[in-house]
Amino acid sequence: MSEPADRIDDDELHAFVDAQIDASRVPAILAWLQTHPQDAAKVLQWQAHRVQLRQLARALDLGETPASLNDVVTRAAAGERRRSLWQQAAAVLLLVTGALAGGRYWGQTSAGQLSGPVAPATMAASPDFVRDAVLAHAVFVPEKRHAVEVAASDEAHLVQWLSRRLGSPLKVPSLAMQGYRLLGGRLLPGEGTPRAQFMYENAQGSRVTLYVVVFEPGQAPDSTSFRSARIGSEESFYWIEERFGYALSGDVNGPDMQALAREVYGQLER
Amino acid sequence: MGVEQALGHIPALRRYARLLTGDATRADDLVQDTLERACIKWALWQPGSVLRSWLLSLMHNLHLNHVRDWRHDDGHIALEDAPEPTHDPMARAAERLDLQQALGALPTQMREVLLLVTIEEYTYAEAADILGVPVGTVMSRLHRARERMRELMTGNAEPARPTPLQLVK
Repeated sequence: MSEPADRIDDDELHAFVDAQIDASRVPAILAWLQTHPQDAAKVLQWQAHRVQLRQLARALDLGETPASLNDVVTRAAAGERRRSLWQQAAAVLLLVTGALAGGRYWGQTSAGQLSGPVAPATMAASPDFVRDAVLAHAVFVPEKRHAVEVAASDEAHLVQWLSRRLGSPLKVPSLAMQGYRLLGGRLLPGEGTPRAQFMYENAQGSRVTLYVVVFEPGQAPDSTSFRSARIGSEESFYWIEERFGYALSGDVNGPDMQALAREVYGQLER
Repeated sequence: MGVEQALGHIPALRRYARLLTGDATRADDLVQDTLERACIKWALWQPGSVLRSWLLSLMHNLHLNHVRDWRHDDGHIALEDAPEPTHDPMARAAERLDLQQALGALPTQMREVLLLVTIEEYTYAEAADILGVPVGTVMSRLHRARERMRELMTGNAEPARPTPLQLVK
C-alpha cells in the first residue's frame, strides 16, 4: 500500500481530475485527499467545472455548418484533383468531338454549327465550364456519404435554394423513365458565378451529373448546339441556351448517355 | 485521400472555436481561416499524424495572431453575443452563464489549455504539442486556469465562503 504521507502535488491532482493518471497512483491520491480537505474541496470543484464545461460544449447550438466552410475544403480538393489530372497530361484527353446529329430536340440550330458568330471569349468560356463540370463530376461521383449537399428528399428546398444562389429559377429534369433517380444537388464555386450540380443514380449505382451555369447578363456566350466532350472515361454533353449553360456528364456508354442528354435537353426546353 | 478529409473535422473545429472566441461569427471566421491555411499548407501535413491536432494547432496560431491584432479586447466576447440556449430551467441557465462568463474572463492561453484538456480530451503532452509549448507550461496554465475559474465562480455562487489563498509554485 502507498503511505498517506506520500506528497501529492497539484500536477497529480489535475491528472487525477482529467483521468490522465496511472491507476496505481489512485489509492495514494485518495488517501491524500482524505487527509487534506482543502485539496479535496479544490479537486471536487475542478471536477465539477470540468463536467459543466463539457455540458456547455455539448449544449452549444452551432446550427448547420455554413456552406462557405465546406466550400473552402471542397474547392481545394477539386483544385488538388484538377492539378493532379492536368499533371498527368498524357492521360488526359480533352476531345471536343463536335455536334451530334441534329433533330427536333436540338432546336433551331443545325448540326455541327454554332448558332451564330462566336466571340473569342465565348469560345474560351464554353470549354471552361464543361471542364469544370467534368471535374466536379469526377470529384463528387465517387463520394459515398457526401455525394450531395442537399438530398432529393427535400427537392423543393433544393431547387429553391440553388435557384436563389444562382440567381435564376432552375428546373430539375426527371430521369426516372430512364431508370435514374435524383440523389440531390450541391452548390459549387465557379469563375464569376456559382454553379449547381445535380446528381442522379440508377439501380446499378451508375451516376450522372447535370451541371448548370447561369451566366451574368451580357456575359452569356451565344447559344450552342449540342456538343460532346470526353475527358478520360467521362463523357459530357453540353449546350448553352440563352443565359444557361448545361453539361451532363457520366461514365455511361455513348448511346445511353446521348439518350439521357436528349431527355434532359427536352425537359429543360419546355 | 486528400484535403477533403478535413471536412469531417469541421463540426468539432466550430465547437472549439466557439468556446475559444465566445462569439459565433468570430468562431466561424476563425474556422474559415484555419481551413484556408490548412488547404494551403496541406502538403506539410504528415499523413501519419493526427489531422485534428494539426488543424487545432493551425487554429491556435491564427487565433494568437488575431488576439495580438485586437490586443485591447483579448479576442473574446463573453456574454452579450453568446446567448445561451433557453430550453434549460432558469437555475441551470444561470449556472452555465456563470461558467461561460468565467471561461470568457480567462486569458486566452489559459482558456486554450483548459479547452484542449477538458473538451477535446487531449493528454497534456498532446496539448503541449498543439500549442508548441513544453508540458510544464501546459500544467502551469491548466492550474492557473482552474484556480481562476474557481475564484470567479466561487465569488458568484458562494460569496460567503472564505477561500483560503494558497501559494502554489
